Amino acid sequence: MSISLKLFKPDFLWGRKSPENPLQTHMVNYGRLWRSAVMLTALSAILPLLAITWIDYNVSRRAVQSETMERTSRTVSNAKRTISGFLAERKSAVDFIVHDNLIEDLMDPLRLGIILENLQKSFGGVTDIGVIDNAGRQVAYIGPYQLEGKDYSGHDWFHKVVEKGIFVSDVFLGFRNEPHLVIAVKYDLPDKTFYILRTSIDTDRLNDLLSNLELSAHGNAFIINHQGLLQATASKSEVLFEKIAIPVPQASLKTEVFQYDGPEKESFIVGYAYIQDTPFILMIAKNKNELMKTWHKTRLQIFLFLSVGILIVMVGVIGFATYFVNNIYLADQRRIKTLHQMEYSNKLASIGRLAAGVAHEINNPLAIINEKSGLIKDIFQLRQQYAHDEKLIGLVDAIHDSVARCGAITKQLLSFARHMDSSFQPVDLGNVIQGVIGFLGKEAEYRNIKISVNLAPDIPKFESDRGKIQQILLNLINNSFAALSEGGRLDISAEKTNDDHVRITVADNGCGIPAKAMKHIFEPFFSTKTKVGGTGLGLSITYSLVQELGGAIDVTSEVGVGTTFIITLPLSAKSAKQGGK
Amino acid sequence: MRILLVDDEKEFVSTLAERLSLRDIEADWVTSAKEAEKIVDTRHYDLVVLDVKMPQMGGRQLKQILEKKQPGIKTIYLTGHGSEEDYEAGSAEAAYYLMKPININDLIDKIKIALAREAI
Repeated sequence: MSISLKLFKPDFLWGRKSPENPLQTHMVNYGRLWRSAVMLTALSAILPLLAITWIDYNVSRRAVQSETMERTSRTVSNAKRTISGFLAERKSAVDFIVHDNLIEDLMDPLRLGIILENLQKSFGGVTDIGVIDNAGRQVAYIGPYQLEGKDYSGHDWFHKVVEKGIFVSDVFLGFRNEPHLVIAVKYDLPDKTFYILRTSIDTDRLNDLLSNLELSAHGNAFIINHQGLLQATASKSEVLFEKIAIPVPQASLKTEVFQYDGPEKESFIVGYAYIQDTPFILMIAKNKNELMKTWHKTRLQIFLFLSVGILIVMVGVIGFATYFVNNIYLADQRRIKTLHQMEYSNKLASIGRLAAGVAHEINNPLAIINEKSGLIKDIFQLRQQYAHDEKLIGLVDAIHDSVARCGAITKQLLSFARHMDSSFQPVDLGNVIQGVIGFLGKEAEYRNIKISVNLAPDIPKFESDRGKIQQILLNLINNSFAALSEGGRLDISAEKTNDDHVRITVADNGCGIPAKAMKHIFEPFFSTKTKVGGTGLGLSITYSLVQELGGAIDVTSEVGVGTTFIITLPLSAKSAKQGGK
Repeated sequence: MRILLVDDEKEFVSTLAERLSLRDIEADWVTSAKEAEKIVDTRHYDLVVLDVKMPQMGGRQLKQILEKKQPGIKTIYLTGHGSEEDYEAGSAEAAYYLMKPININDLIDKIKIALAREAI
């Protein structure tokens, strides 16, 4: 829980910022670092993803489109074979009849009637049959209409059949006013004349053929002539002989497929084939949107995949960037803290050496004063003249006392400085506390602060680092002094706990720490005294020192009532040293 | 009982010697290790009081030289500085280790104890 929270609420973005703290000014701009990390990694991950998706999109679209075209082309091709087969069959049949029968037989209505009957039986779709002489007149006719004697000399198909020998007409209404097409075959006679055998084919059969094609995607199959007029259609709603919207495509021997964009923003895939030796073009139009439905599904999947991919990448990138930048931030914080801690202990060591040097230098002249005044006293005591002069003896004793006091101070100073260096040795806690108070005692006296020390008698000497304990106590007492006003109280007590630890309590009745600040007091650079020169390192260093000794520090405070620091230190050197590591 | 005082502070060592002699302790004094070596060649001393820190040669080095010249000689160290190593090493080597400024009665007590030990 805390880890995931940290991920979204990292210290370096949301943490405390104290611009007035000079120690933080040189730190990296982590917000910017984070933003660039997120941007760079996201770009390098998302760009390839976008590229791949784009390529995939185009490849699949092209594949689907070409497959659609292919399928349409196949359907057209098959349908063409059916239609042209249908027409060729009838053409061949008529051709066969012309060659198989003499003109006299064909002129015989009985015989012609049998032929029609056979044609209808074998092929179907043949409505009538007639013989036309070279003048264009129908000389024989069998069928449901009264067309015998009709003159076709002015008809277009008559001229075409004369010219070509065999002819398949457009679909037309003709005399009977029914859509039909005509298959006519010319037969040359030896006397240079000719006659024509003509049959009408019902276009219903053609329409049925078109209807029976299995067309997907609202497809429509129809036949137009070379002028673009509708000849036959599977659809009942379309009107014959009307010009269709799709322009007449270029002549081609093969089946062709093209895309037609209608006026109402509808696209069609249109396949067509010219049916050889007929005026017909077979066309199959399919709604492109319907055909591309599977593609639309694929496209949706691609976009979905892309969105999910980007989402995952972004979550990952942001998570990792935050994690790493936060780690850098924390490492940086630790580094600065260590740096300042080192600086701090170096400073303390320097002060220690300086104090020791001064104490040493003072000790020598003190020793001389001591001996000289001692000698004066000796001489006085030896001479009868002064031996009983109490005033003189008193003066000398006063000098002695002062020297002794100075000596005590320098000894204390030397002893304190001597323990600045880190080393484990038996520590007498009472001695250490007294030593620290010795330094601050005068200030306490001036400010009328009452210091009480209460040590449990059963605390043994324990192996620890005297210098560190000194620093810890010095820092805590200094803090208490800062919080205390004139006439305050400072209680220092220590007792042995049951689990081989010693508990030192430093309690004052000063101004206390606000609850808001309590969370941060052991963090480096947190200070309520930045304006008066605090670095915010005192308690963080104290915390580190306690940890190095394998101990723990705890604090309770109430504004206006006071603050209590509780330090627990191990009595055995082993756990203390482990803590130090 | 004859005692030699060695300390680079002439005012200190001379006065101390005078005060000891006032208390019937025969005490000679010198202000450097070199002088101490010389004077030890000429006279016998039961005990030396050495300053640990002196220019050129400190008390601890001098002690070894003097012990060679007069085996069995007792030593009391004096110092104005309280370095931990000096204190520990000095306490181990010498009879006593006193910090300046010293109380003369303390010094006399220690001298007596140190010499009494020899007598035993």
